[in-house]
Amino acid sequence: MSRTRLGYEGVAIVSPATIPYQRFSIETAHWWIARALKESLDQAGLGPAEIDGFAVSSFTLFPDTAVGLTQHLGLCPRWLDHIPMGGASGIVALRRAARAVQAGDADIVACVAGDTNHIDSFRNLLSSFSRFSQDAAYPYGFGGPNANFALLMDRYMKDYGATREDFGRICVAQRQNALRNPNALMKKPLTLQQYLDARPISDPIALFDCVMPCAGSEAFLVMTVEEAQRRDLPFAVIAGTIERHNAYADDPVQFRGGWAMDIDELYHMADCAPSDIDLLQTYDDYPVISMMQFEDLGFCDKGEGSRFVQDRDLTIEGDFPHNTSGGQLSAGQAGAAGGYIGLVEAIRQVTAAAGPTQVPDASRAMVSGFGVINYDRGVCSGAAIIEGAKA
Amino acid sequence: MSEPIAPPGKKNPQRRTDVPQTPPQQRSRAALGLAAAAAEGRFMLQVCGDCGAVQYPPRDACSRCLSINLQWQDVSPGGRLVAETRVRATTDLYFRKQMPVRVGTVKLDVGPSVICHVHGDVGDGADVRMAIKLDRAGQGVMMALPVKETPFMEDDPRLREMSCTPRHRRVLVTDARNPNAPAIVSALAAAGAEKIFVGLSEDWRPNRHNDDIMAVPGVEMLPLDVTDSKSVEELAAELGGKTDILVNNARYVRPGGLMARNDTVFAQNEMDVNYLGLMRLAQAFGPAMCARTADGTNAAVAWVNILSAYAISNSPDYGCFSASNAAALSLSQNMRADFRTSGLRVLNVFVGPTDDDWHQELPPPKVPANTLARSLVQGLVDGLEDVYCGDVAKDMIERFRASPKIQEREMTGFRS
Repeated sequence: MSRTRLGYEGVAIVSPATIPYQRFSIETAHWWIARALKESLDQAGLGPAEIDGFAVSSFTLFPDTAVGLTQHLGLCPRWLDHIPMGGASGIVALRRAARAVQAGDADIVACVAGDTNHIDSFRNLLSSFSRFSQDAAYPYGFGGPNANFALLMDRYMKDYGATREDFGRICVAQRQNALRNPNALMKKPLTLQQYLDARPISDPIALFDCVMPCAGSEAFLVMTVEEAQRRDLPFAVIAGTIERHNAYADDPVQFRGGWAMDIDELYHMADCAPSDIDLLQTYDDYPVISMMQFEDLGFCDKGEGSRFVQDRDLTIEGDFPHNTSGGQLSAGQAGAAGGYIGLVEAIRQVTAAAGPTQVPDASRAMVSGFGVINYDRGVCSGAAIIEGAKA
Repeated sequence: MSEPIAPPGKKNPQRRTDVPQTPPQQRSRAALGLAAAAAEGRFMLQVCGDCGAVQYPPRDACSRCLSINLQWQDVSPGGRLVAETRVRATTDLYFRKQMPVRVGTVKLDVGPSVICHVHGDVGDGADVRMAIKLDRAGQGVMMALPVKETPFMEDDPRLREMSCTPRHRRVLVTDARNPNAPAIVSALAAAGAEKIFVGLSEDWRPNRHNDDIMAVPGVEMLPLDVTDSKSVEELAAELGGKTDILVNNARYVRPGGLMARNDTVFAQNEMDVNYLGLMRLAQAFGPAMCARTADGTNAAVAWVNILSAYAISNSPDYGCFSASNAAALSLSQNMRADFRTSGLRVLNVFVGPTDDDWHQELPPPKVPANTLARSLVQGLVDGLEDVYCGDVAKDMIERFRASPKIQEREMTGFRS
């Protein structure tokens, strides 16, 4: 075992901002990122000149990066990061920013993710996603991520006897949660029968297993606890966090993510157990990935995911509140902002600011991220346990 | 077993012909190794020269030891299908017309997992035999096949997309006077060609092969002289829209190198048939064939050149003939570039000295016409780009790959 990590004491997460998603947008990623940044700064009563750290994630910023955005948005940070980790971007940005603030490299770091979605931009994004995908995945039917996840879902179902009904439960519960979120793109209830009867996309994946690509942006700020208290901002703290990349590379088909390598350390850092978690935000590009996270994050044993979703109620008022804003499956998949949606919602939850989706008495949330189908599996994974600050 | 494909009916002239599309073309340079392996029907992967780890997807450094010493090697094609899906939705215009596409993950016996096309006769979780095939983009792709042959296996829709099989197709063979014409026509008919047109130059002259050719069912002989632009254009106007495979077997060969002759008469004839003849055919038939690469069961699929193995490196005994074939080889590469967006494949069959009148003075081994015809048809069935037929052609390419300069020195060193 490696050295014991330092804790994340003294770091506050504040000002969770979500710009309502749109199915298609004529605007650019720059526009969406600017809006989320401003919304977050407005909440904290800050101006752009007052942040000295900036972390950005976006797929549609080309040809710009975080560098171009500093000039575009008039920022002068002394700490800058561009995080191309897709669904793990939020967790990773939080981890980087927290260390920067702890070390004094920055006082206030704005973490932002946003993407636009033009007609045909999803197709263009897919065709230039990664070299291994270009060389070894797309030439096989060009099913995009749907086909990749169909393969691992097929294997998972065969190995563990999970059924489509089991995955449907996750989707149906999230839709119920989304109906409370006025900004969710999906507005109609979803029944298990509708889930089962949906148009097949890439067997065993059908329409409601898939997220809807959209435009949107999310942001939060990381600063010292003293700074948050001085400004009288509600804040969350980091009890523990992990990340891992390219774990279990020899598994012929992915059935576990990098969380499984580090999860014990995460609970050890946070000094709590799975039963102490009030709500969970998984990265839900497909329900099978959420189920894999239930297992790898320690809420049930490997292969027990289907039993778990049969036994538990995943809605806001249930005994295991999960993806309370509706997640990407029902709120929409706003590119890299999909790597932030769970974290930003969790910050709202533990600071009692979630409004219509609020889980009563939520004080400790787990958030996990999963990103970048470089070839046949998600490569990046991360997780964090955050807690509402005690006054 | 696969569902046998029915012979295509008559084409509806009012329906728009499907527009040619290709699967994704873009690849990294390392991944082009798959196309090189597929061109010859080999199953090759990168193997680390330092630690022996087999790599996939193709890359620039070993994922076990970081060595950059990665070599493409023939490896065992065995594996097992561990996951599968049928892709039913895509944003890609080529695959949209192919839905659903069966795709799987195969765990190779040599190590890596590969995402691949899966033949319809492969059972759930079954052992498979992997092949690297050229797809319609001319790129090498992985395909899982049943370990043993199955009935009508080549009619699997995915495999047929990778193949240029003559089955149910119409073929033009350009030269009835070439002694190999009867063998080629017979082999095409045996492979299921629906119709075989054969070009005959100067049809007022007798041709000793006519009876053998006309004895093959489905053959029609038509006037064609590849040295005459007008003749080529006239036939293309009549046949261009229904030529699915063109086999250019027209050849002019006379022994002798540069200094054995004191004029350019034979050389001009060699260039006129072997190089300019190919050019005339390509310009006349190429556009029509390229427009019909998505035209159903009998879409246009391939263009076949029969080239001398001495196109690779000059054989001084046939020095001027070699030069004309080197020109044709170079032109065939130009054809590949120009045909790329349509998906029309150019198959080059390299052959050493053939067993005919113009190679009498050479010792064996010489390639009999039947052997050439068999290799050519098998190359079409397997969807190859380069076939080396006979021992001399195989020897030539092996020496070329070892060292082009040493080969040149060998070829030009000892004149008998």
